[in-house]
Amino acid sequence: MPMTQSEDIVRNKVSSAHVAPPALQVEFEDSDEAAGQAPPTALKLQKFNSWYGNYHALHDIDMDIPEKRVTAYIGPSGCGKSTLLRWINRMNDLIPSARATGMLHLHGLDLLDRDYDVVDLRRRVGMVFQKPNPFPKSIYDNVAFGPRLHMRLSRSDLDQIVERSLRRSSLWDEVKDRLKDSALGLSGGQQQRLCIARAIAAEPEVLLMDEPCSALDPKSTAAIEELMDELRNDYTIVIVTHNMQQAARASDYCAFLFQGDLIEFGDTKQVFTNPRNEQTENYITGRFG
Amino acid sequence: MNQRPQAYSSRRKRRILDRSFVIVCVAAASMSIVALTVLIGAILYQGMGHLDWAFLTGSPSRSAEKAGMLPAMVGSIYACVICASVAIPLGIGTAILLEEYRPKNRWLAKAHQFIQLNITNLAGVPSVVYGILGLTAFVSFFGVSSSVNEPAWEFGVSHYDEFFDMTGDYVSVPLSKRSSPTVELREGLQGYWGPQREMVTLKPVEDPARWKQVKQQFDEAIAALTVQPDAPGYEQAHAAAARPFAGYVRASAQPIRTSEKAHWYVCIPFGRGVLAGGMTLMLVVLPIIIISSQESLRAVPNSLRHGTLALGCTRWQMVWKMTLPSAIPGIMTGSILAMSRAIGEAAPILIIAGIVYITFTPEHLMDDFTAMPLQIFDWAGRPQTAFHHVAASGIIVLLAVLLSFNALAVIIRQKTQKPLG
Repeated sequence: MPMTQSEDIVRNKVSSAHVAPPALQVEFEDSDEAAGQAPPTALKLQKFNSWYGNYHALHDIDMDIPEKRVTAYIGPSGCGKSTLLRWINRMNDLIPSARATGMLHLHGLDLLDRDYDVVDLRRRVGMVFQKPNPFPKSIYDNVAFGPRLHMRLSRSDLDQIVERSLRRSSLWDEVKDRLKDSALGLSGGQQQRLCIARAIAAEPEVLLMDEPCSALDPKSTAAIEELMDELRNDYTIVIVTHNMQQAARASDYCAFLFQGDLIEFGDTKQVFTNPRNEQTENYITGRFG
Repeated sequence: MNQRPQAYSSRRKRRILDRSFVIVCVAAASMSIVALTVLIGAILYQGMGHLDWAFLTGSPSRSAEKAGMLPAMVGSIYACVICASVAIPLGIGTAILLEEYRPKNRWLAKAHQFIQLNITNLAGVPSVVYGILGLTAFVSFFGVSSSVNEPAWEFGVSHYDEFFDMTGDYVSVPLSKRSSPTVELREGLQGYWGPQREMVTLKPVEDPARWKQVKQQFDEAIAALTVQPDAPGYEQAHAAAARPFAGYVRASAQPIRTSEKAHWYVCIPFGRGVLAGGMTLMLVVLPIIIISSQESLRAVPNSLRHGTLALGCTRWQMVWKMTLPSAIPGIMTGSILAMSRAIGEAAPILIIAGIVYITFTPEHLMDDFTAMPLQIFDWAGRPQTAFHHVAASGIIVLLAVLLSFNALAVIIRQKTQKPLG
């Protein structure tokens, strides 16, 4: 039954009806952009290239990721979605052979600058991983981890931040009586929402999500999509997903990558209903990939 | 027709082979169990008779009945504590460098691999070799001092030349060094010494008032000394020249060199003391601690590292707040097992300490010492059979200490083990 429930949630948030394309039973909202206002750019990529050793993973990516919107990366496995995402908070630094050229700016700040402090960058750009990775600590300590790193806070301030973050990730009601319990006792979906709460407790500007729902059941997936919908007003969210339906439901903008090339990038509604590129159309209708 | 040749007989053969293999395994396992049981049984049979409180608190003796192993136990524990307090921080630090700070640069990475290779090799080096290394490095500091008994630098010690004065009391003259060639006192009237009968040098310019007082006492003392000891009035005169007073050294005075060491006495090089022994044991167990710590750190899932880094942790914060706390149960277990190896080592201690007949417990870091395995070795090597029973009792004590170490490791592992992400 969880599948229908997730669709109910999706339908509930739909404000105006559209004719859905036959391959995807999803209806689209009218976005602000339809009214002609382009949102400001948060992340700007120009001629962005990435290598792992001699393997050329991303070729000449040009893309403006808008502020306070949900942008989804879709594409078949190995197309470079995660690589692109992981450059935004420089997690690729952990891979010795990874390097990048071109331009990657966050609000005008050059993220590829060797002298730029990645620790500060990662405070500004939060990340949620594919597999939920709560720390082997209490629920409270998990959420308080980021704030404790960056700020000197009083006990009550910290309590407030923890509560607010857990409320925002809609986990508060489920865990408020057992904040001191181990986070490892939570279910998979709860753990992932805890990881989101942990990421937003550090008050980032950008939230990166690397296939956040791939290890979750449909019910938890719905909860996380709902959560993204709530967070979209405050955070620039970039999400990598293999789930076409999820990209269509949850994102405002959508980028289709294929073999390291950016094939198409635009308004999600346009990409899904009226793709400009034939490859995109083939992919989203399930003819390959 | 399909042929299925000899299906049944082959199945029977297989079953027989299966059964007999189990029997072979059981036989192999029981061999070791029997050997262990016989060993423990024999040791208990031989040693229980001698094992009592007196044995645990006594010192080695020429007679087997009085022999005890307190100095060996204290020496072992002392050396082990030194070994642990040096080896565990060094080992964990090295493991953190090797596991958490892998360099990106190609040449640094090569150096990293080289260190790793060396540590793996060091774990297999026989402990006698470490004994020789410890002898060179810690006992004599590569020969910085000409003699092991004459350290190059010393702290927390005062050396004295001791004489008898006319009245038969000791007079101690402080020396700068144990081997100081000058004998400070000569026959005759010497001067002033203090209440503890030690030579005191006073400079008249610095404290005229005090000097005046000393002079007066000096004169009184001379007056007293001019009265011969067997003459009447000597006692009164002597008492009048109350201490501190000046004295007279006999013509036959030969100094006795003595030294007074504080409990924190330190000398460089270390000499054949507990510190050198503990440091040598540290060399033996360091590779073991490094390797076991590395394994515990490697067992911490990478998702936790990435999670902390993605929140804006520095590498140090990641190690201190996440990796190390997650790995500490494994590190503790490995370290305790390494310590039980250290407490059982005889060869390096034999090379460092050399002597086995020590009847006192070490009082400072440089003091001579002996260890339990060494003491057992000594007893077992004696011709009298009575001492063989003493050796068996020593083995029981050593085994008890080792088993309690291992039990502690198991308890720590079970108490602190928690599932990781």
